[in-house]
Amino acid sequence: MPLTQFVVRRLILLLPVLVGMSIVVFLLMRLVPGDPASVILGLRATPQGLAVIRDQLGLDLPITQQYLHWVGNLLQGDLGQDYRSNIPVTTLLADRLPVTVELTLLALVLALIIAIPLGVRAGVRQRGLADKGAMTLGLLGISIPDFWLGIMLILALSLGLGLFPSSGFVPISDGLFANLRSLFLPALTLAIGLSAVLVRVTRAAVAEVQERDFVRFLHAKGLRQRAIVYRHVLRNAGIPIITVIGLQFGYLLGGAVIVEEVFSLPGVGRLIVSSTLERNYPVVQAGMLVIALMFILVNLVTDILYAVLNPKIRDAYR
Amino acid sequence: MTADFLQPGRSAGLLRRIYRRSPPAIIGGGLLVVLAFAAVAAPWLTPYAPETMDFNAPLAGPSASHPFGTDNFGRDVLSRVLHGYRVSLAVAIGSVAMALVVAIPLGLVAGYYQRWLDNVIMRPMDVIMAFPAIVLVVAMAGFFGQGLVLMMLALAIVYVPIIVRVMRGAALGVAGELFVEGARARGASDLRIMVRHVLPNAITPVFVQASVLMGIAILLEAALSFIGLGVEPPTPSLGLMLAEGRSFMGRAPWLVIAPGLAIVLAVLGFNLLGNGLPALYGPRRGR
Repeated sequence: MPLTQFVVRRLILLLPVLVGMSIVVFLLMRLVPGDPASVILGLRATPQGLAVIRDQLGLDLPITQQYLHWVGNLLQGDLGQDYRSNIPVTTLLADRLPVTVELTLLALVLALIIAIPLGVRAGVRQRGLADKGAMTLGLLGISIPDFWLGIMLILALSLGLGLFPSSGFVPISDGLFANLRSLFLPALTLAIGLSAVLVRVTRAAVAEVQERDFVRFLHAKGLRQRAIVYRHVLRNAGIPIITVIGLQFGYLLGGAVIVEEVFSLPGVGRLIVSSTLERNYPVVQAGMLVIALMFILVNLVTDILYAVLNPKIRDAYR
Repeated sequence: MTADFLQPGRSAGLLRRIYRRSPPAIIGGGLLVVLAFAAVAAPWLTPYAPETMDFNAPLAGPSASHPFGTDNFGRDVLSRVLHGYRVSLAVAIGSVAMALVVAIPLGLVAGYYQRWLDNVIMRPMDVIMAFPAIVLVVAMAGFFGQGLVLMMLALAIVYVPIIVRVMRGAALGVAGELFVEGARARGASDLRIMVRHVLPNAITPVFVQASVLMGIAILLEAALSFIGLGVEPPTPSLGLMLAEGRSFMGRAPWLVIAPGLAIVLAVLGFNLLGNGLPALYGPRRGR
């Protein structure tokens, strides 16, 4: 199957998931005990006031019509308004999204820097020192809660040694160095959990490729070990590693929710948490949609990348 | 199963045999048994109740009378950690048990019948899995309110698709086996085949997943309580203790170190157990 055809099929398969996702987010909102009108007006709501708000939000319409109306607005980029400040939710998200995106990308880069060399070394020489380190990281990294790791890093590196700020975000416009410094600890916190998973996959993939005949041939040809590992083995081990990165991106986004809270970063995750606490439903809905969309997009890109690397995969979508 | 091959009254031998087959299973399982015992026996293990305040000794460091020190209200941290384990373990067991009850039949049916039933069951699962777990759980806590049972329910909803997938995949593999065909040829009903033949041969990966999910439940409970959407004070929850201890961590680091390490130990126990289980079941594989 040609690549374009694969991409089109993959996109068509995405549609039902997107529709289902929007239904879940919409229903969550409608299943709230008490209706949104009473949430907006609070305890001192009068019956007349409630009626006006219900009319404004279209809450008296049949639920299917409400849903279609909501989706229609969504498709036009209208995510509703903040209950408290009446600021359009899209404006809020536009402010917060860059922080979360930068944090997750930085975490991904750090995780790769930690996991790939360690995983490769562990896979090449099993039961060696690097292998023990990899297995320890692989087990501890998934057992340590990221918010606690964040607190420990603050305790040691900010409060103890004063190397990094313990909280807060410096925008890129105030200098790249200060910006990276403010994001380093939160990104490292996220990266350790991710690298735990990556290191296991890298180790297993490299160990598997290492056994193949072509590697033995390259050795016989007299190529240096380094060249074989980084030029040939890693390239062939790349497919499972890329797949896992795509799957784990959801973990990064979820982790960002908590880590942004620990380090007081103004990202989408913290927005979701604070809006949830004050029952500001349109913001929570929009935040959920944005995060789920990012997750789905990353998985789509991963699948396409996978199909580029391995043409056999394309046939699975016939 | 294994017990049939043992001489009576040799339980130490059984443990040793399991250990030889799968060290992580015994280490993880043993760790969990110790922690669970400590949680259940908490009132008898420490002389202090978790809510008892002692204003003469706030933020006292670790000592013989308070091994993990005291918090800002002079409450004994060790006692609070042990009582926190009760909440952690209750959430872990409750959420996974609820999810298993729903997910095992769904996955079994999807994997056994396949075709349209498979699609009807699996597509909604894909939708739930499109959300990162923590985001879904945070949103549900916000929309439906807080409390121990609601939190278990929220986690169970997140877990169902994960377990369904594992159960379906395993059932799919077993459904094509010769012995299933044989049972069908003997005239066994679909229900009987699923329960007597497919389920026992496909359940191991589900147990592995369940063990890992219990560990994740402990992490999620702590995370939710930490951000203020889980268990409410003064209930001792490990996540809540971390949140409260943060304000004092410069002066009293034990307030954040003790509950955090407690979480790590429990999650480690479940992960080790999950890693070790496959080696216990089925034929021994060469390494």
